[in-house]
Amino acid sequence: MTFRRYLVLGAVTLTSSCGDTFLSRGMKSLAPVPLTHPAALIHAIFSPWIAAGIVLLIGFFASYMASLSWADLTWVLPASSLGYVIMTLLARFWLHEHVSSSRWLGVLFITAGVGFVTRGPSYTDHAASHESPPHGTCNECHATAASEARAGVRS
Amino acid sequence: MTHIALATAATAGMIGSIVLTATAGDILTASAMRQVGDLDLVRARKGLVGAAAAVITNARFGLGVLCLALSFFALLFAFSHRDLSLIGPAATSLTFVTNALAAKFFLKENVDRRRWTAAIFVCIGVALLAY
Repeated sequence: MTFRRYLVLGAVTLTSSCGDTFLSRGMKSLAPVPLTHPAALIHAIFSPWIAAGIVLLIGFFASYMASLSWADLTWVLPASSLGYVIMTLLARFWLHEHVSSSRWLGVLFITAGVGFVTRGPSYTDHAASHESPPHGTCNECHATAASEARAGVRS
Repeated sequence: MTHIALATAATAGMIGSIVLTATAGDILTASAMRQVGDLDLVRARKGLVGAAAAVITNARFGLGVLCLALSFFALLFAFSHRDLSLIGPAATSLTFVTNALAAKFFLKENVDRRRWTAAIFVCIGVALLAY
C-alpha cells in the first residue's frame, strides 16, 4: 500500500460519510416527502445540501471503484467502514442528534474491525497464490510480500 | 400461518432481497474492476476518458450497477413498510458477511482469519448503531 492509495481510501471514507450527512441535513431542512408524492424528491435534488451530497456520493463511487481496481473487496469494505464512525461523529456534533452508548460501542467495534483488516495484505495475488510459498514463511506473509512487491512495481 | 409469522417472513424477505442484490452488485463491480485492472495504469495508458470508458463499457460493471440499483429500490420499498432502525443496520451488517462469503467463492479472494474477524466486528458494530 502506497500513501497515494491510503489517500484514495480516505476519500472513499470521507465522501461516503459526508455525502450521507449532507443528504440528511438537506432532507431535514425540507418538508417531509409523502410516499404519495414521490415527485417532490425531484425538487429536493436542487436543494444546495442535497446537491452537494450527491456530488460527494459520485466522488465516493469513483474512488470506491478505483480502490477495487487494486484491492480486494473484503479489504476495501471493512477498511472504508470508518465512514460509519465519521458519520456518527458528524451526526452527534454537527446535526446534534442523540447518540446512545450502544451506538458508541458500535463505533468501537467498527474501529477495531478496521484496525484488524488494514494490518493485513490488501490484495490477493492469484498468480503468486498458485506458487508454493518460500521455506520458512507463512502463506499470509507470502501474500503480503507479493502484494507489496506488486504495489511497488505499480507506484 | 399467523399474522405475526407472515409479517416476520415478509421482513426477512425484504432484508434478504436487499442483501442478495447488494452482494451481487458488489461482487460484479469488484469483478469488473479486476478485469479492467489498476485504474492508475489504465489512466496513464489511455487517459482519464479512456479509463472511464474502460469501466463503463465493461458488461459486469453494467450488471453490477443494475443490481446495486435494484438493491437501492428494494431498500426504499423496505423503508416504506418497516422502520429504518431495523432495515438499515440489518441489511448493511448482513451484507458484510455475505460479501465475505461471495468474495471467497466467486472472486477467490484470500479471506483469512483477520478479514473474517474484521467483517464480523464491523457487522456487530453496524448492528449496534441501531440502538
